[in-house]
Amino acid sequence: MTETDIKISIMANEKPRIGVYVCHCGVNIGGVVSVPDLVEYAKTLPDVTVGREYKFFCSDVGQKMIKEDIEAGLINRVVVAACSPRMHEPTFRITCKEAGLNQFLFEMANIREHSTWVHMKDTEGAYEVAKDHIRLAIAKARELAPLAVQKVNVEPTCLIIGAGITGMNAALDLTSAGYKVYLVERSATIGGHMAQLDKTFPTMDCSSCILTPKMSEISRDKNIELLTYSEVVEVTGYIGNFEVTIKKKPHYIDQVKCNGCGICVDPCPISVGNEFELGLATRKAIYIPFPQAVPSQYTIDMDSCVECGICAREDVCEPGAINYDDKPEFITVKIGTIIVATGYDEYDPSGLKQYGYGKYPNVITGLQMERLLSSFGPVVGKPVKPSDLKDPHSIAFLQCVGSRNFREGGNKYCSRVCCMYATKQARQYKEKHPEADIYIFYMDIRAFGKGYEEFYESAARDYGINYVRGRIAEIRENPLNHNIIIRAEDTLLQQPIEVEVELFVLSTGIEPKADSDSITTLLRIQKSADGFFLEAHPKLRPVDTLTEGIFIAGVSQGPKDIPDSVAQAKGAASSAIGLMAKGEVEIEPFFAVVHSDRCSGCGMCIQNCAYGAIEFVDDRSFGTIASINIALCKGCGACSGNCRSSAIDIIGFSSEQLHSMITKRV
Amino acid sequence: MTEPIVETKQSENKEWEPKIIAFLCNWCSYAGADLAGVSRIQYPSNIRIVRVPCSGRINAYFIIKSLTDGWDGVIVSGCHPGDCHYISGNLVARRRFAILKELLEFFGIEAGRINFMWASAAEGERFAVLVRKATEIVKKLGPNTKFDKKW
Ligand code: FES
Repeated sequence: MTETDIKISIMANEKPRIGVYVCHCGVNIGGVVSVPDLVEYAKTLPDVTVGREYKFFCSDVGQKMIKEDIEAGLINRVVVAACSPRMHEPTFRITCKEAGLNQFLFEMANIREHSTWVHMKDTEGAYEVAKDHIRLAIAKARELAPLAVQKVNVEPTCLIIGAGITGMNAALDLTSAGYKVYLVERSATIGGHMAQLDKTFPTMDCSSCILTPKMSEISRDKNIELLTYSEVVEVTGYIGNFEVTIKKKPHYIDQVKCNGCGICVDPCPISVGNEFELGLATRKAIYIPFPQAVPSQYTIDMDSCVECGICAREDVCEPGAINYDDKPEFITVKIGTIIVATGYDEYDPSGLKQYGYGKYPNVITGLQMERLLSSFGPVVGKPVKPSDLKDPHSIAFLQCVGSRNFREGGNKYCSRVCCMYATKQARQYKEKHPEADIYIFYMDIRAFGKGYEEFYESAARDYGINYVRGRIAEIRENPLNHNIIIRAEDTLLQQPIEVEVELFVLSTGIEPKADSDSITTLLRIQKSADGFFLEAHPKLRPVDTLTEGIFIAGVSQGPKDIPDSVAQAKGAASSAIGLMAKGEVEIEPFFAVVHSDRCSGCGMCIQNCAYGAIEFVDDRSFGTIASINIALCKGCGACSGNCRSSAIDIIGFSSEQLHSMITKRV
Repeated sequence: MTEPIVETKQSENKEWEPKIIAFLCNWCSYAGADLAGVSRIQYPSNIRIVRVPCSGRINAYFIIKSLTDGWDGVIVSGCHPGDCHYISGNLVARRRFAILKELLEFFGIEAGRINFMWASAAEGERFAVLVRKATEIVKKLGPNTKFDKKW
């Protein structure tokens, strides 16, 4: 028996003496219900020996009050009635531990999120709920048993899903701290959306010039296993010990033999729309996404390929890299931590019929404009009108397309980048075409970042870009020249205006990836109402998820610009490093246990366990019974829910504890 | 046991308010209820929340016990199908409760007393709506007296 074991068995045998601490939480609780009354009430309940109130129990002073009671031997169970345990349970567990009390002899009553905040106008009801929640917590506390914490090792490898600017930055931070990284990207190249951008606001530095060096750094780094054109298909295990299966999709080209010469491209007879150029150019069925792609190897798009065999000819592919029978490959790796950086989709405005996208050739999206402005884009940085490929003399931008829209089909949130990219694109065009007329139709200009306001001010002042506040009522096409005629109301001047422009750019917003559901199911993480991944706490744990060991970063968590994405990447990387540097983590010892004497060996639990953690064993005194492998068990309770003989129990949420809460309705 | 309580309630001349016990899974619905709080969405003060690891943890016994012990209604809420933190706990639970509900109905317990629902961590609003609905149903059914010992 170790020292902790001895201590635990002593604590388990003591009669409960419960200390109840009711927190005012400023006015959050105290302003709605009478905290002193709650304390008095708690003191009337059996086994409660101490009852106290304080403004903020989570503060140092508050925690000290609890510690002093423990140290003085007044109590051996702690109940804190305050906020959600998802917020402060860890805090108070540490408090108990520091005062020498087993940290699992602690229970929290949620009287803020579940009472005073949801019954603010019904103070009587709120008081009743708070009372009951305190009573239930005390009932459970009476049944609590001391437990030994479990420690598990953390594998020093990190899986990063998505190799845009966020995933790449996180990867480099991790390897510079000495950890191994599996960087999985589903397209054929890394770089993400940032590779499509021309210049970046507000500094106007060229996107490629800052991105491509990072891309080659990634490909050179020996500690990064770069898996492009690959997808994560299965994740099992838990923090520190995930087992991840990755599918490498077939390139139909031997990636080792291919030397990236590109001779195969010209003879390929098949042309299809180029995804990277957003349909503004074509590519062949055998292709590289863009010239600077990393890795710079070719891929055959088998959906379009007709297997004519030209590229496989010896005179075309000298190294003989073409392989039409390529098969997907699966690899399984052990992973300690996971960072999700899957990015976003551009909002598709074709649903907004009133703006004519997809109907009129001279209506394009912001990202398409970006490609037109790009020096390695389809028109080498000289934007043209799609209708006749001439320079436009006038351009109008419409802001908030698909964002800040509370009607059907739009997103309610602000996409946070459109104001600035439209301003940037307008300035870029103005620099080369000072005579052009440029309008930006907006609701509000949101220039919140560092240097953004200055950037916007100077666009209006020095570049003569016309900012028009107001929504566009209607647009139509001039049938003679494909110009777009815009009718809008200038809400500042309170005047209707009508302008005819040659190019109309929809500043489309950002959306969660269309198939982000596959990630949430794969990793058991959650999404917030806007469809982006949910952080564990909006302020204090912005890159953590509710699943331990899994972090989120970049736009997959919510719209943000490049600096913010990189900042989050660094946050996620350092959180992952923190876990791996320690090498082990404590996990809650909440597992299933079998009462051998009750088990009838029916095997229902084995069928219900999603983790294969239960198997039959032959017990000398009880015959064939179920037995739990705690390395695999997660303590969900699916087994015990179906046990006819009540032979399986879940530590931490035991039948006795739940039962005591149920029966404590007075 | 329950009768005096009912009496005092009536003598106060207030509308009878049901008490409902809500078992919420830690990963979705409990977090959703937290979000309802953070967003200050108001819902009736009839539920008492018990945190459980997963809706799959709840067995028939807990539900029956809640009813025999005088709770007027029971809510079990977990993650949406396919989203359970433990892969399939909610599906196991769903099957279990479908049977239980029929069995209880057979015994003469109104099906509306037991409400099984899904609400994710992001659905504070949905959680509140579901609680409102469940409360309404139970309120219509009136106090749970079927289990009172009358002899
Ligand atoms: S964890 Fe929510 S239902 Fe299983």
